[in-house]
Amino acid sequence: MSRLGKGINWNRLVRSRAFWLGAALVVLITVFSVNSIRSMGGEMFSYLVIDFFSTGIFMATPLILTSIGAVFSERSGVVNIGLEGMMLIGAFFGVMVSYFTGSAWLGVLGGMIAGGLTAALHAYVCISHHANQTVSGVAINVFALALTGFLLKAVFHRAGQTDRVTKLANWIMPDFFRNIPIIGDVLGSNTPPVYIALLLVVAAQVVLFHTPLGLRIRACGEHPEAADTVGINVTGTRYFCVILSGVLAGLSGVTLSLGQLSLFKEAMTDGRGYIAIAAMIFGKWTPLGAFLASLFFGLATGFKFISQSWNMTSIPTDFLLMLPYILTMLALAGFVGRLTPPAASGLPYRRRGSV
Amino acid sequence: MSEIDATISPGQVILEMKGITKAFPGIVANSDVDFDLKKGEIHCLLGENGAGKSTLMKILYGLYKQDKGEVFYKGEPLVVNGPADTLRQGIGMVHQHFMLIKPLTVAENLVLGNEPTKYGFLIDKKKAKAELMEISTTFGLAIEPDAKIMDISVGMQQRVEILKALHRGAEVLILDEPTAVLTPQETKELFVIMRKLVHDGKSIIFISHKLKEVMEISDRVTVINHGRIIGSVKTSETSPSQLANMMVGREVELIVHKEPAKPGKEKFRAEGLVAENDRGLPALRGIDLSVRAGEILGVCGVDGNGQTELVQCITGMRRLSAGKVTLNGKDITNMPPKRCFEAGIVHVPEDRQKHGLVLDFTVAENMILQTYNKKPFSRGITLRWDEIKSYARRIISEFDVRTPDEDTKAGSLSGGNQQKAILARELSRTPELIVVAQPTRGLDVGAIEYIHKRLVSERDSGRAVLLVSLELDEIMSLSDRIAVIYEGRIMGTMDIEDATEETLGLMMAGSMPASHKGVM
Amino acid sequence: MERKKDNSAIKELIVPVTAVFIGLVLGGILMTLTGVNAIEGYKALIMGCFGRLEYVSETIVYTTPLIFTGLAIALGFRCGLFNIGCEGQYIVGLIGAAVVGAMDLGLPTFIHLPLTMLSGMACGAIWASVPGLLKAKFGIHEVVNSIMMNYIALYLSHYLVNGPIKDPGITSPYSREILDTAKLWRFFGQNSPIRVNSGIIIAIAAALFVYYLLFKTTIGYQIRAVGFNPEAARYGGISVPTNIVAAMFISGALAGLAGAVQIMGIQFKFLDIFAFQGYGLDGIAVALVGKSHPLGVLPSALLFGILQRGSQTMQMLAGVPKETIGIMQGVIIIIVAAEGIIKGWLPIRKILGTDKKAAGKEVGRA
Repeated sequence: MSRLGKGINWNRLVRSRAFWLGAALVVLITVFSVNSIRSMGGEMFSYLVIDFFSTGIFMATPLILTSIGAVFSERSGVVNIGLEGMMLIGAFFGVMVSYFTGSAWLGVLGGMIAGGLTAALHAYVCISHHANQTVSGVAINVFALALTGFLLKAVFHRAGQTDRVTKLANWIMPDFFRNIPIIGDVLGSNTPPVYIALLLVVAAQVVLFHTPLGLRIRACGEHPEAADTVGINVTGTRYFCVILSGVLAGLSGVTLSLGQLSLFKEAMTDGRGYIAIAAMIFGKWTPLGAFLASLFFGLATGFKFISQSWNMTSIPTDFLLMLPYILTMLALAGFVGRLTPPAASGLPYRRRGSV
Repeated sequence: MSEIDATISPGQVILEMKGITKAFPGIVANSDVDFDLKKGEIHCLLGENGAGKSTLMKILYGLYKQDKGEVFYKGEPLVVNGPADTLRQGIGMVHQHFMLIKPLTVAENLVLGNEPTKYGFLIDKKKAKAELMEISTTFGLAIEPDAKIMDISVGMQQRVEILKALHRGAEVLILDEPTAVLTPQETKELFVIMRKLVHDGKSIIFISHKLKEVMEISDRVTVINHGRIIGSVKTSETSPSQLANMMVGREVELIVHKEPAKPGKEKFRAEGLVAENDRGLPALRGIDLSVRAGEILGVCGVDGNGQTELVQCITGMRRLSAGKVTLNGKDITNMPPKRCFEAGIVHVPEDRQKHGLVLDFTVAENMILQTYNKKPFSRGITLRWDEIKSYARRIISEFDVRTPDEDTKAGSLSGGNQQKAILARELSRTPELIVVAQPTRGLDVGAIEYIHKRLVSERDSGRAVLLVSLELDEIMSLSDRIAVIYEGRIMGTMDIEDATEETLGLMMAGSMPASHKGVM
Repeated sequence: MERKKDNSAIKELIVPVTAVFIGLVLGGILMTLTGVNAIEGYKALIMGCFGRLEYVSETIVYTTPLIFTGLAIALGFRCGLFNIGCEGQYIVGLIGAAVVGAMDLGLPTFIHLPLTMLSGMACGAIWASVPGLLKAKFGIHEVVNSIMMNYIALYLSHYLVNGPIKDPGITSPYSREILDTAKLWRFFGQNSPIRVNSGIIIAIAAALFVYYLLFKTTIGYQIRAVGFNPEAARYGGISVPTNIVAAMFISGALAGLAGAVQIMGIQFKFLDIFAFQGYGLDGIAVALVGKSHPLGVLPSALLFGILQRGSQTMQMLAGVPKETIGIMQGVIIIIVAAEGIIKGWLPIRKILGTDKKAAGKEVGRA
């Protein structure tokens, strides 16, 4: 026993992210296998794998979009807890614009603009007025919840949810792509934001780590005063990043309301904005990491849908609904002291002594 | 730019500040200050902490805006909108706290804000490196381009700062207390670099409060005190004592007067201390120390060689992975801070605002930081405010802490009074061992003298004092024995009579002088 | 906090008061936009709150839980913690009280009643301790975790009230009614529709208790030291992790108590909830406007109680969507958080006497 245990640094292991991810995935897959494989043939299995991943990416898309926005905001030095509210506002305005114009794509635009404007408020309060960023973010969420409820009544004259509107049509990939096994099945035809999100991951990673803009953004989040002394406009950069995060959160909201559904429901974001922030942390403040973490949480969120096709009625739905939240907490706890956010994130910057 | 350049030849005034006045609430930091810099000279701005040096330079650098007065650069009025603008016009500053982004590489820091690109949008990392190599060979400042700032020494970081300014075409360099973080040897190297720079046509403003260095490096000295210019002299025509007189307005006791120590029995002993720093890297690699009653043991070394961690380990704020700490023969290894000070350790921490005080608490609340749950300050869980306040009133008057009353927030006191308040709280707790870290950093001469006297009198009353300081002068004037720390090890311990600046300097840089081999 | 100096009270109050005023003006504008006369709207609000004895009673009923959650959040703020999980702690508080209150153990009132209350508090405290422990041990920011705990509480309660604790006697997803020995005293009779009850007295007592705890005891001293400067607290021998957990525990207990009082004085049973009740989020506004001071929380909670209660009558009588109040609340929090917006205002600067001071605490260091 002692000899076996010697080679393994338990402390390290428990601290490692991979360990927790792996453990969580093992739990997921075991639950799957036990409940379903025995009741189905092997051919069903590949169908189920595809189902698993398509649901996963579908559910992950809003998280990917929002968490990448969160990466930009925090990398520039502004904590954005208000993403939840910005998503909600994006979701609502997407539907509203689509409702009045009949065009889902105009709806997307509307949602993104609305999200960006909400973020501009957060930016104004936090960057120009040095407010507590967490408090401001929560206020944005309170505000967004009420505003969308208010407009629901004022515009649609109903409570709970809007009328159905034109949703985004799926994009269908060329045949050669759809013929690739599994990947083709999962990504062959899907709602447009899925593709946008995947492209965005690559673009964001390149921008943040290989362009002057990215270098400057990171400088602002680490040492704003140093950035200032070499002529980087700290305020401007931070505004840009916060507003960008709002635009992406708006797009993410639209993904929920016009990509996945075709209507807006009150409080439909269901804490996804917060989960996206967890994904950003879990992904170590990088777009690629945030993407992988979002995928993981997406699978967890999609679990309730998958469980139906997998014949898992024995587990009460409520527990399946809890799963993403529990996994989020477990994932964060798995970090143990490894969290190193940008040094200046959450701290307002003011040029000392400036009048 | 080069056109105007041509009109200024060495010896002519390149930069002039006229009648600068700047007031902050309750204080005039600069009052009608005139200052000028000639091309190709090293002009020292000398003054003690709080005299107004930094304010003047921040105005020049565009961080502050003056209330009155004008700045001329190359004969033209200098209009700046913020620091970057100043740099663009040819004035670069090496700040006391470096303006470097720690997780980025040297090359990235060099080009930040002015990045070479390829394909129009990607950073050309090769070109950035090439630019760095070019500038570093031109000025003979070797550097590793791919190293991250957080992995290189303080001296190297300073070099990056200088290169950054030169890379942006700085003609005038402002060096703000550049030697504060360096070993004597590194300081010498810096001076060589500075001479080379002026030789190449640059002009340097050297901000300092250290007379010796000023005498060594500068061509001219301007002394500032209480926000006013006292006078401007050629270095070759003045003396340290004249400068000191101008600086403080009276003769300064440069040396602390004290009787020889009468050490008693050993109070404190540390054996084989091993610990990691915040980043999980080895910080202490086997430290042995002992302090006797009635003596001051000074620990000197360059910043970042384990001093901070050493103090934290002794006072219970950091875990030791190996080693043993004893006080009066009692084992206090890895005890939490509470048990450490209950055993008789008092601690004046290096960062008074971060550790020493709760700035949002009142002075009275701060005076009971360790004793709030002891009699007479509380009964059960109830605080007894009348007792607390009367105690606070008593010790703040005893230690001459200047505060309107004990209900004033600690954050509104001046640096010197904050430090006195901490000293008052700590020394009033009948200590066995006094651990003081950087006790006089950033304080004016009056406060420094007070604190030094107080520490010596504690020693004379039989207490053991462990002094950790980056100021070699402070170590040499206060200590009875000196231990040199380098990369988490004690290079050697010696009596004050045997210590010279040269030996200490060599040991601080990690080399063991021949005469001291084997001394422990 | 409450230092002498004549105008310090004005300085403390000017931001929240102005924020509330701006919020009210904004509410008026929103009403006008939806085609309602703002004066009529606010009249409906005031009448709905004070027009009749029942209305006054309802206003107090709305205020009571806000006092608890406001205190919970204020106490968290004092320790540098943002307990946004009051919502979940309130829900488990409801459950804890509903379960113990319905147990027929043959206990007399003076045991059963406090036991029921303690049960709700304990549930809330334990719920809050989880993010507290995660923060203390691993340094994970409490905000994300406590929000996750909110959702877990919501689904857990849904599961419980549809299964294990459901009253088998009825079809609706309700828990069993608590016994009379666990009910709080309704001032106008236990079966009176005027629901105001001794819960409000408990709430005021809780505010006094938190005040005493924070400013007059060693525990409060520790909590505030950790909140202001954890590094200095640690240096002073105060355990930061312990105090973080303690503050979350007490904060959660207060939020749980909100749930318990709601069960014992108003609902008498746990009713299935499908969305968050909002007491947790409202508590943030209450704490901020009350400047995180336990005694400031009282008037602040009353204000938001009036707005919440009033929003119902405004919707009924004047047709103003009740979300108007939520919008106002969001704006008020933002303005209080960014007090610079108000303090930078010239007329306000004159009152504060900060006209010329501006920035620059740092005085001529060299």
